[in-house]
Amino acid sequence: MEKLRKFERVLEIVDQNNRQASRLIPILQAVQAEYRYLPEEILTFIATSLGISPARVFGVATFYSLFTLKPKGRYHIRVCNGTACHVKRSMDIYNAIHKKLNLQPGKDTTEDMLFTVETVNCLGACGLAPAMVINEEVYGQLTPERATEIIEDIIRKEENHELDTHGA
Amino acid sequence: MNEDTFITIDNKDIPIEREQNLLELIRKAGVDLPTFCYHSELSVYGACRLCMVDVEGMGLVPACSTPPSPNMKVKTNTEEIRKMRKIIVELLLANHSQNCPTCQKSATCQLQALARRLGITKIRFKNQSRDLPIDESSPSLVRDPNKCVLCGDCVRICSEVQTVGAIDFAYRGAQTVVIPSFGKDLDKVECVNCGQCARICPTGALTPKSEVDDVWRAIHNPDKVVIAQIAPAVRVAIGEIFGLEPGKITTGQIAAALRAIGFSKVFDTSFTADLTVIEESNEFIRRIQNKENIPQFTSCCPAWVKFIEQYYPEFVHNLSTCRSPQQMFGALAKEILSVQLGVKIEDIVVVSIMPCTAKKFEARRPEFSRDGIRDVDYVLTTQELGRMIEETGLHFNELGPESFNLPFGFKTGAGVIFGNSGGVSEAVLRYVTEKLTGERRENYEFKGVRGDNGIREIKFSLAGREFSMAIVSGLGNARKVLEDIKSGNGQYDFIEVMACPGGCIGGAGQPVYTDISIHQKRTKGLYENDRMLELHKSQDNPYISELYNSFLGDVGSPKAHELLHTHYKSRKRITDEDMYLSYSDKAEGLEINVCFGTGCFIKGSQKILRGVLDYISRNGLKNRVNVSASFCFEACDRGPVIRVGDRVIEQCTIEKATEAIEKEVEVYV
Repeated sequence: MEKLRKFERVLEIVDQNNRQASRLIPILQAVQAEYRYLPEEILTFIATSLGISPARVFGVATFYSLFTLKPKGRYHIRVCNGTACHVKRSMDIYNAIHKKLNLQPGKDTTEDMLFTVETVNCLGACGLAPAMVINEEVYGQLTPERATEIIEDIIRKEENHELDTHGA
Repeated sequence: MNEDTFITIDNKDIPIEREQNLLELIRKAGVDLPTFCYHSELSVYGACRLCMVDVEGMGLVPACSTPPSPNMKVKTNTEEIRKMRKIIVELLLANHSQNCPTCQKSATCQLQALARRLGITKIRFKNQSRDLPIDESSPSLVRDPNKCVLCGDCVRICSEVQTVGAIDFAYRGAQTVVIPSFGKDLDKVECVNCGQCARICPTGALTPKSEVDDVWRAIHNPDKVVIAQIAPAVRVAIGEIFGLEPGKITTGQIAAALRAIGFSKVFDTSFTADLTVIEESNEFIRRIQNKENIPQFTSCCPAWVKFIEQYYPEFVHNLSTCRSPQQMFGALAKEILSVQLGVKIEDIVVVSIMPCTAKKFEARRPEFSRDGIRDVDYVLTTQELGRMIEETGLHFNELGPESFNLPFGFKTGAGVIFGNSGGVSEAVLRYVTEKLTGERRENYEFKGVRGDNGIREIKFSLAGREFSMAIVSGLGNARKVLEDIKSGNGQYDFIEVMACPGGCIGGAGQPVYTDISIHQKRTKGLYENDRMLELHKSQDNPYISELYNSFLGDVGSPKAHELLHTHYKSRKRITDEDMYLSYSDKAEGLEINVCFGTGCFIKGSQKILRGVLDYISRNGLKNRVNVSASFCFEACDRGPVIRVGDRVIEQCTIEKATEAIEKEVEVYV
C-alpha cells in the first residue's frame, strides 16, 4: 500500500496547487520529495491534470538539475565541484567514493539503491572546501580517506539496522 | 493615423501603423531582415538573434521583440551587425550536420539560404554536431535533431496553433533538444501527423517522410499496375516548385507528368470528394431527421480525426462515418479497377498525391486494409511529386496538358473546392439545399462559408428549419469550438474542421513556404477552377450516378457501407506499455484497477479512487485487495471506468464500485 499512499499524496499535491499549470515547479518539487525522483507515469499524470502536454512537463523536469527522472539511492551524496572545492582536489574525493562503492562513469547509483553519487556546482560552503552533502548533512574539509570512512560508517549502520529489524 | 508617429529606418522615415514590433516595420520598409524564430502567426520568442538592429540610445536590440516608438532611429546594416549575423550563422552551422546535398530540405532550407545570402564561405569553428539518433518512427514525419537550430518554431506551432504540444524543448544548455515527451518516438505520442512543424521548420530537422523510392520501385515492377489519384489542393500549388505563381492551376500538366513518370492511369480524388458529398450529406439529413449525433463533424482530415480520438472521445460519434475521399478512392479502385483492368487486387498499386503528411498515417490505419492489402499503398506529398518530376527531367511548365482517365477522373467543382477551408461545407450545401427543398437552384456559390478566419459561423433556414454551421481550420480553433459546445455556448448542426490553417491548401506536404499570405492565392485558384468546370454540384456528376446504379446500389447501401464508411475509436495519447501504475504490494488479492486516463480523470476517477479506499479501510479489506491506477482502458466516452476482478464497470459511481467489490472480494480471504 506504500505506492498507493504515494499516489494519494500526488493527488493531494496537485489539488493543493489548485491544478494550476503555473505551479508546475512546486508540484514537481513536492512530488520528488515524495518519490525521491520523478517517475514517468506520474509526470504524465501531472500533465493531464494540469491540462498541459507531457512534453512540456518533461521539458521542465529535464531543464532543472534539481529534478531527476531516475530513482536515487537512499543516501544521496553530492560532492561539491565548485571552484573552491575543485582547486582543493574535490574530484579525488568523488573518485574515492566511486571506487569504494564500485561505481563507474554513467552508473552513479549502487545496485542496492543505497547510494547515489553526483557532483554539484557549488554548495555555497566554500570555507569548508572540499565539501559534500549526504542528504541534508554537510561534511567539510574532506580528504579521500575521511570520505571513504563516512561511507563505511553508513554501510555499517545500515547493516546493523538490517540485523536489528530481522532480529526483532 | 497620427502624423507624428514615424520611425527612421536606415535614414528613411517609415510611418507606424498597426505594427507590433520593429521587425514588421523594417520589413515594411523593404528590408528583408533575416529571422528563424519570428512568424506573425506565432508568439514572439526572440531566440535566434538574427534580427538584431541598432537603435539610437538603446544599442543592439532584437527587432522582433522591440515595440516601435515614435522617432526611433534604427540602423539595420552597420558593420557590427553584419559581423554579428555572420557569426551567428557560422555558429549555427558549426552545430549542424553538414550533409546538405543529401538533405530533404536542400534548396528550400533557410539556413542554407542565409549562409549564401551572407556570403559565408568558411566556418571558422570546429564542427560540434552531436550525432543524435534520427526518429523515423512516424509514418508522416522524420525528426533529425542534428539539423535543429532550436528556433522553437515547431514547438510553438504545435502548442499554440494546434494545441497538441507533441514536441517541446528538453534538457538545457548545449544538451538542449526538441523532442517528444520522455524522449519517446514520435509515433508513440500524441502527434496528429499534421506536419505543420515540418512546414515551419527552417531547416531539415523536421521533414515529411518520403515514399518516393517505394513508388519508383512499384513503377519499375512490370507485374504492377500503378495508378495515381491527385488531391484538389495539389493542382494550385505544385507549380510553385517550378517557379509558377501560387494558385496557378496546373491540373493538365500534372496528368501529363504522372503519365510520363510511368503511372498507368491518372485519376482525381475530387471524384471521390463528389462521392463523399453524396454520402456525407445523406448521413447529415438522416441525423437531422433522427436527431442523433448532431452536430455532425466532417471526417476528411485524418489529423482532425486523430485529434478527436485522443482528446475528445465523447465526440467520436459526431464524426461522419464517411471515409475521406482518399480512402474511398482506394477502396473503390482496388475493388472496381481490378475487375475492369483484369489485374489481381494485389497487383494494383494505388498512389495518392496529397498536400498532406497525415494522409500517410491515414493510409496505414488498420481500418483501411483488407486481407493485409492496403486500399491506398503509398502517399506522396506535393513536394515529393515535384521531386519525381525533377528527377524524371520533365519541363513541367512546358508539358502539354492532358486529361484524367475515366471514370474516376471526372469531377464537379464541388469536389475541387474540398481543398479549401469551407469547401466541404459549401459542397454539402450545394447538395443539401436541393435535396431538402426538392428544387433545383441556379446559383451554386455559397460565399458565406468562404473566408480567412479560423472560425466562421453561418446560420440559414432551409425547408422550414434553422441551421447553424461552423467552418474551422487549425486544431486550436477546433478545440475552442468543442469547448464551447461542451459548455453550452455553441450549438451547431454541422462542423467542418481542417487541421491545417486555411485547409488542405495550407497542408504540410505542399511546396515549402514561409509567408502565409500564399494561402489566399491557392484558395482563389481552387475557386476559379470550380468556376471553369461545367458542373458544380456533386449530384450532377454523371459518373457518380453511374457508380451508384451499376455498383454501389443506393446511398448508404451495404456495399456503400463496406467501401465508403468506417468507424472510430478513442485512443490513448501516449501509447506505451509502461503507462501502468501498480500501487499494490501484495501479489494475491482482488485486483481493483481505476482508470486515470484523461477522459476518466475529468469525469471523476479521483473521487472514485478515494471512495474505494475509504470503503476498503472501513471494512478491513486491506489485505484482500490490490488497488492500482492505470492509464486508459480506451472506453473514455463511457468513463469513469474501473475494473474489479474481471468486471469492467463503465460510468462508474462510488456505489457501483463498492457493490462490485463487496461481491467479488468474498473469494479472497
